[in-house]
Amino acid sequence: MTEKILARHAGRDSVRPGDIVVTSVDTVVPLDMNFYDSMWAEPTKVFDPDRVVVIFDHVVPAPSRQVGEALERGRAFAAKHGITRVHDVGPEQGICHQLIADVPYAMPGELLVCVDSHTCSGGALNCAARGIGAPELIYTMAKGVTWFQVGETVRYELTGTLSPYVAAKDVFLHLADHYGAHVGQNIEFGGPALSTLTLDQRRTLTTMCAEVSAEFAIAEPDDVLRAHLEARGRTMDGAVYPDADAEYHAVRTLDLSEVEPRVGLPGSVVHHTAGVRSVRGTRINRAFIGSCANGTIADLREAAAVLSGRKVASGVTLFVTPGSQAIYRQAVHEGLVATLTDAGAVVTVSSCGMCAGFQNSLGPEDVCIASSTRNFAGRMGHPDAQIYLASSGTVAASAVAGAIADIREFQE
Amino acid sequence: MAVPGRVWCFGDDVNTDLIQPMHTVFKPVAEQHRYVFEANRPGWVDLVEPGDILVAGRNFGTGSSRPAAKLLVDLRLGGLVADSINWLFFRNCVNFALPALSCPGVSELFTEGQHARLDLVAGTVENTDTGQTRQGTPWTPELLDIVAAGGLLKQLERDGLLVTGTSDE
Ligand code: SF4
Repeated sequence: MTEKILARHAGRDSVRPGDIVVTSVDTVVPLDMNFYDSMWAEPTKVFDPDRVVVIFDHVVPAPSRQVGEALERGRAFAAKHGITRVHDVGPEQGICHQLIADVPYAMPGELLVCVDSHTCSGGALNCAARGIGAPELIYTMAKGVTWFQVGETVRYELTGTLSPYVAAKDVFLHLADHYGAHVGQNIEFGGPALSTLTLDQRRTLTTMCAEVSAEFAIAEPDDVLRAHLEARGRTMDGAVYPDADAEYHAVRTLDLSEVEPRVGLPGSVVHHTAGVRSVRGTRINRAFIGSCANGTIADLREAAAVLSGRKVASGVTLFVTPGSQAIYRQAVHEGLVATLTDAGAVVTVSSCGMCAGFQNSLGPEDVCIASSTRNFAGRMGHPDAQIYLASSGTVAASAVAGAIADIREFQE
Repeated sequence: MAVPGRVWCFGDDVNTDLIQPMHTVFKPVAEQHRYVFEANRPGWVDLVEPGDILVAGRNFGTGSSRPAAKLLVDLRLGGLVADSINWLFFRNCVNFALPALSCPGVSELFTEGQHARLDLVAGTVENTDTGQTRQGTPWTPELLDIVAAGGLLKQLERDGLLVTGTSDE
């Protein structure tokens, strides 16, 4: 599917792994980070202002003068070039990948680039979406084209059904544990069980594919996607489907019924995750629910279900950061914010938050369990801090226990 | 383009947070390179010399899109070779004009302090102390043109598409 989208945008009938192709792009998404003086270079023109979306998400609301200046520069640039789709601090604020999927800006069969490495997230909408570097983003915004090296594709055939309390995050951790890095490879999700996953769950999978170094991650289009698009007045017209005779580097079956709650171990998830039972009891003092992979309304509901009538353990800080202000508002209306805060959680304004250490940064002795994307040393603060990754339910259960906990024992 | 240089050996899975720790991303550009590898190889930035070559194992540069490759350029590293390079990181190498080759098996070829020569057109790496070579992926003319221009932003500037004075390149 990825090859078809690249070929379509390169004006070719087909492309093959190894090819380097120059492609047009449909949507370019600069973020607040692009406008920092250390990264910004101003293009004299924008190839098409209606194809550019500006999103402020990483370090918002501006915590310092430097960030304040960067956001001002971004606003001025958007105004100068007639870019109207600007997600500034305020009610339309949100993490780029959440908005790209929810608005949506990622469309089936299209090509979207953004400066964040988890842009493969948009593949849940059958869009070839890719993170690129800051200078490339400026280049692409000016010219409307970029280049890609075509990778081989690994297809995952999803079968079976998820057991209770097992999350899409667990499916990804299972995949990362079994199959490790996918350097230079595209990942494709399909198979009979894809239809049992919500769009949010698919996006957890595609977003997390950045952690196994995948290029593009893309899901087959189906009725779940169609319903998501139609609810927003859009259609699935551009969708691409895999060819019957498509060539893959590998086709692997992923039986969802075999997946158990898992935890990503500190450092990296590549061949480095464990069944929750084997790390159960590990003390934690920081917990975080949020990020572009797991800041959805479903994550907040999952957390609230665990925390309802319970308390965050003393000495533990639990931060909950919705993926967008729209999700925040919905959580308020559903009473989730009351449940979470009554239990002792801190619910913050939508942003990347703790995911990249921009809020509540970790100290050297801190041990954190997070439903965010990445657990490299130093990712959330001090390089000596330990970061475990898990589903939002597992994080909530662990926050209550003060130690890594098995959500199944909690809920039964 | 052939680049000879003294070799520094690194292991597998060297990620972007090691090259450019998150807490340094928004520090002044002139200071950022001081923190390169502070977690895994403190002090290295004081030892590396212009033209040196970094040799690494698998999956070099995995992680963020942040301009970590630029810091290696700022340290005046002459080149990077690894058994495999994360493709997003490789894009950044091209765009910041850092000669880089993904070359299976290359990490076995070197011990630290030996010398390497990269040939981007041929896609080869030679250990000039032992004469052994390994074949990687050759660069195409499009990529070589970006490096010849001094990086992607320089290329934009050359083509009149940058407001002058807004790039620190
Ligand atoms: S939430 Fe984390 S991974 Fe996602 S875009 Fe923000 S910093 Fe990147």
